Amino acid sequence: MKLAALTWVELRKLALRPRTWVSVALLCALPVVVAAFLATSELAPRPGQGPAFLSAVLGNGQLYPAAALGIVVPIFLPVAVCVVAGDAVAGEAQAGTLRYLLVRPVGRTRLLVAKLFAVLAFTSGAVIAVALVSFVAGTQLLGTRPDALGTTTASLSGTSLSPQELLVRTLLVMAYVSVSMLGVAALALLLSTLVDSPLVAALGGLALLVASTVLVGLDAASAVHDLLPTRYWLAWVDLFRDPVLWTDVRRGVLVQLGWAGVLLAAAWASFTTRDVTS
Amino acid sequence: MNATDGLAVETTGLTKSFGRVQAVTDVDLRVAEGDRYGFLGPNGSGKTTTVRMLLGLVLPTSGRVRVLGGRVPGDAARVLPQVGAMVEGPAAIGHLSGRANLRLLDAAVPTPGGRRTRRRRVEDALEALGLAQVGRRPVRAYSLGMRQRLGIASALVRRPRLLVLDEPTNGLDPQGIALVTDLLLQLSAQGTTLLVSSHLLSEVEHLCTRVGVMDRGHLVVQDDVDALRAPTGRLLVTLAGGAPGGAPGAASTLLGRRLLEPPTGGRLVVADEGDVVGDLVRGGLAVREAVVERRTLTDVVLARTTAVGEGAGVAR
Repeated sequence: MKLAALTWVELRKLALRPRTWVSVALLCALPVVVAAFLATSELAPRPGQGPAFLSAVLGNGQLYPAAALGIVVPIFLPVAVCVVAGDAVAGEAQAGTLRYLLVRPVGRTRLLVAKLFAVLAFTSGAVIAVALVSFVAGTQLLGTRPDALGTTTASLSGTSLSPQELLVRTLLVMAYVSVSMLGVAALALLLSTLVDSPLVAALGGLALLVASTVLVGLDAASAVHDLLPTRYWLAWVDLFRDPVLWTDVRRGVLVQLGWAGVLLAAAWASFTTRDVTS
Repeated sequence: MNATDGLAVETTGLTKSFGRVQAVTDVDLRVAEGDRYGFLGPNGSGKTTTVRMLLGLVLPTSGRVRVLGGRVPGDAARVLPQVGAMVEGPAAIGHLSGRANLRLLDAAVPTPGGRRTRRRRVEDALEALGLAQVGRRPVRAYSLGMRQRLGIASALVRRPRLLVLDEPTNGLDPQGIALVTDLLLQLSAQGTTLLVSSHLLSEVEHLCTRVGVMDRGHLVVQDDVDALRAPTGRLLVTLAGGAPGGAPGAASTLLGRRLLEPPTGGRLVVADEGDVVGDLVRGGLAVREAVVERRTLTDVVLARTTAVGEGAGVAR
């Protein structure tokens, strides 16, 4: 199928690019550094302060993948995603390769969809990498909880989670964190079709992130809070309650899908009707 | 392949405005299959915008484009695979080799034939442009001329029926220019239609059978090169042994023939009527050379176009 072939080419381009691997490595490095400090100091942030969830992991490295995702979610992961999404079309335009792809002809809709798939693949790939690296770092540096014989883990609600449950919930957190990136990624992709500068497109995506964060913290803007893309970003913590508290998670997914739907439709409308003069 | 009226490219009333700027106005381009068409005009005359419209990159404000019997952009998916193009210079992914670039671009839209056939075509294209030995070197490390060759190779991979090249010899050394010119003539002999834009008019004169000249968005000339270069009716005669008749510049006639310009040295300009050389020789003059005057493409282009910076309506 033509879309599959093009998506494969886009993934190869991403994989052949050193920058991709550097950004993933940096994303993975931060949780490792945090784990090293926690392990050497044995001082977790006090509950209610510092990155969410971090205080709970001190005694149990198996919880650390989720905590590590919590560390990269607010800024580092969206930055990496925005750079890739902003580069998607604008980078090709800036390098001049866009016109050669289009006269091949790859078809504009197909190109946009393939680029979207590549961005999604990068996002989930980065999330998986962070989870795996931080699992290793967590179990090696923080250890598994000795008093529970390494078999169970406490949920945030105080009940015990079996290793299987812990795995399922960590996978859910990974999926939720990936989905949480949809809004900013879609905006960066939209801007990427509008401007010929990947930098501008990436910064535009981040501007949405910053604006949303500011508004979420502003009580006067409470009317629109529930629609903001970062409003439910930290709801992944609810996946570690027992039973799982789905309300905010579900809202978070819907908000991301809403933003992504609108922005991607706009990206499609602009890209398929635009003059390519780069 | 397609039932066509023999035209590889046909535009009708093609017009494009960017905001309030009218880039292309009412252009009727006709490129017959098998033509070697030179597309000329000063910078900013609308050549590139026209070419971009032929390739579906820029969408016309009004007018129609037909390429190889199909509408663009409507039938682009069917038509463009038979078109190879280089527009406004080559472009490639800098950290990959030329070969990797061509393979990736080819894989983006798989053509009939297996992976091996497609690789063969990439190798053939690299070979044709003398790039086969470059190996793994990243494009970033290529010279300007090598990038240019890679751009042309990229246009050739699909073995197109129509080749659209913008400034194909830009940045090439003399050997490169000779290689590319020979290659284009060879492709033309095999039936490929060429649409080549260039500023090097002597090169176009050498390569092309037909030219179109753009000026300020209009197609002001479209004709066969031979017709444009038809004799002007003047004969340029050089005499051995200096000026005739003793008094240079004074004579306005010579042996009954009117001189169209005052003679300088041994050079005369006379109307090309009757047996000029025979008359001169019988009159006792030693004729070293007699040449039928033709306009050069440069004359044609300069006469019909406006240089950048000249006021509107002031033609040279």
